[in-house]
Amino acid sequence: MRAFKFERPTSLAQAAKSGYGTAQGQTDAAALYLAGGTTVVDLMKLDVLRPRRLIDLNSAHGGQEIEVSGTELRLGAFAKMSAVGKHPQVLSGYPVIAQSLQFAASAQLRNMATLGGNVLQRTRCPYYRDPSWDACNKRAPGSGCAAITSFNRNHAVLGVDESCISQYPGDFAIALIALEAQVDLLGPLGSRAIAFASLHRAPSGTPHIETTLKEGEIITAFRIPAGPWTRRSSYVKVRDRASYEFAIASAAVALNLEGDTVRQARIGLGGMAYRPWRAVEAEQALIGQPLTEASAEAAATVALHGAQAHGFNDYKPELARRTLVRALLETKSMTVPQA
Amino acid sequence: MTSITRRTVLSGGAALAGAVMSPPFVPGAVGKETPRSGKVVVRLAVNGYPRELALDPRTTVLDALREHLLLTGTKKGCDQGQCGACTVHINGERVLSCLTLAVAAEGARVDTIEGLSTPGGRLNPMQQAFIEQDAFQCGFCTPGQIMSAVACVREGHAESDADIREYMSGNLCRCGAYPKIVAAIKQARPKLDKV
Repeated sequence: MRAFKFERPTSLAQAAKSGYGTAQGQTDAAALYLAGGTTVVDLMKLDVLRPRRLIDLNSAHGGQEIEVSGTELRLGAFAKMSAVGKHPQVLSGYPVIAQSLQFAASAQLRNMATLGGNVLQRTRCPYYRDPSWDACNKRAPGSGCAAITSFNRNHAVLGVDESCISQYPGDFAIALIALEAQVDLLGPLGSRAIAFASLHRAPSGTPHIETTLKEGEIITAFRIPAGPWTRRSSYVKVRDRASYEFAIASAAVALNLEGDTVRQARIGLGGMAYRPWRAVEAEQALIGQPLTEASAEAAATVALHGAQAHGFNDYKPELARRTLVRALLETKSMTVPQA
Repeated sequence: MTSITRRTVLSGGAALAGAVMSPPFVPGAVGKETPRSGKVVVRLAVNGYPRELALDPRTTVLDALREHLLLTGTKKGCDQGQCGACTVHINGERVLSCLTLAVAAEGARVDTIEGLSTPGGRLNPMQQAFIEQDAFQCGFCTPGQIMSAVACVREGHAESDADIREYMSGNLCRCGAYPKIVAAIKQARPKLDKV
């Protein structure tokens, strides 16, 4: 690990003002914020992230806020994954959120990782994580992409371009994008809110720029709007081993049903795309339809339209289709938790 | 000339062993280092004893324990947050000490495998259960397994075999002692509830 200057601001406002140089996900960012450390410390050890300043937010934030109201679920960005995943009102009112957190990482990592850091975790692409590979546009802009022609079994098939096929690895973000979450931000110039869907950028030939965050901005909270679909929701995650593993395919589904007929649907896909992915066309295909295996399969086919595989990951679009069908049918038949 | 090996040090045959191993267990002793340029003073309460260390900011809690406090019970497996061998409790919760910078844990309570048994040497029921159930072979992952297992019971995540397997999945065992680890946790569970 390279040497860095350690800073410990005592408020988020002070942290944001000192946050010059944080950039937007670039590996050569001069400064980085530290929360749970499960991504940042790992990638600093691997010499992928090389900040000259590390700004510790752990003494600056106001604690682990989890607030449920009639209009929204508000999750403080410094809440730990473990605390939110077991929270009774999250479990009953927003099962997809609780499950996406429970099925992620390990008990130890969930005790460390914050929600804000979790959504900003970096790809697990082995060519990104190992600087001995020369070609990685995300780590070394303009150097090419080693993964496109190499071992790309768990690389993305949606939202990719020739510059980068790395996969967004998280689970919580898939539930957030499905439920149309908002993100509260605090920056050197003040606070603003953005749609979660606009937080992560498409590769667009410049995959080293990962987010739309402005310099110094800190995620302070996620706000998930209440709706008749949040209670009937679930997260299905398919992995190479039963636990403690990243997804090779996953689906976040939330449904508002009238009998068997879909009034509203929310669908997110994980383990599949360059960034957290919402399948809007698939949602629309379901509205007004009775939810059956046939209609679920039709929607899942729409969801994977335009998927681009690169050899070792040719299996992914079909796995995603089957995962989404299973998630839709299981969510239809699930027992809705009582408040 | 007899060279000092890991084995002679650990066996207690070398006078050095007693000298380096005893300070962490002396109540009230403070492991102070001379602050040097670029170092940060970090205070930790390790197994109940206050410690003050001057550390390079890159030092993880794992390295602070092993290299600075000579508490080598906590193991360095992958050093990348993937194996669980370095599991300790920080402020009462199980975490990975290899991904926790010591400076970021300023003021925290850190509990390690060394602090699990009572000073007189009586083992924690989880340690005793691991021995009685033969829940390890090489033993390298065992301190992390035991620290994780104690937390697993405390969290209420040891109610069924499936629960134990899910909530212990962050601790890998390359010898494959998993069935006996599950058995050990079930054996210790009722005794730990009373602790």
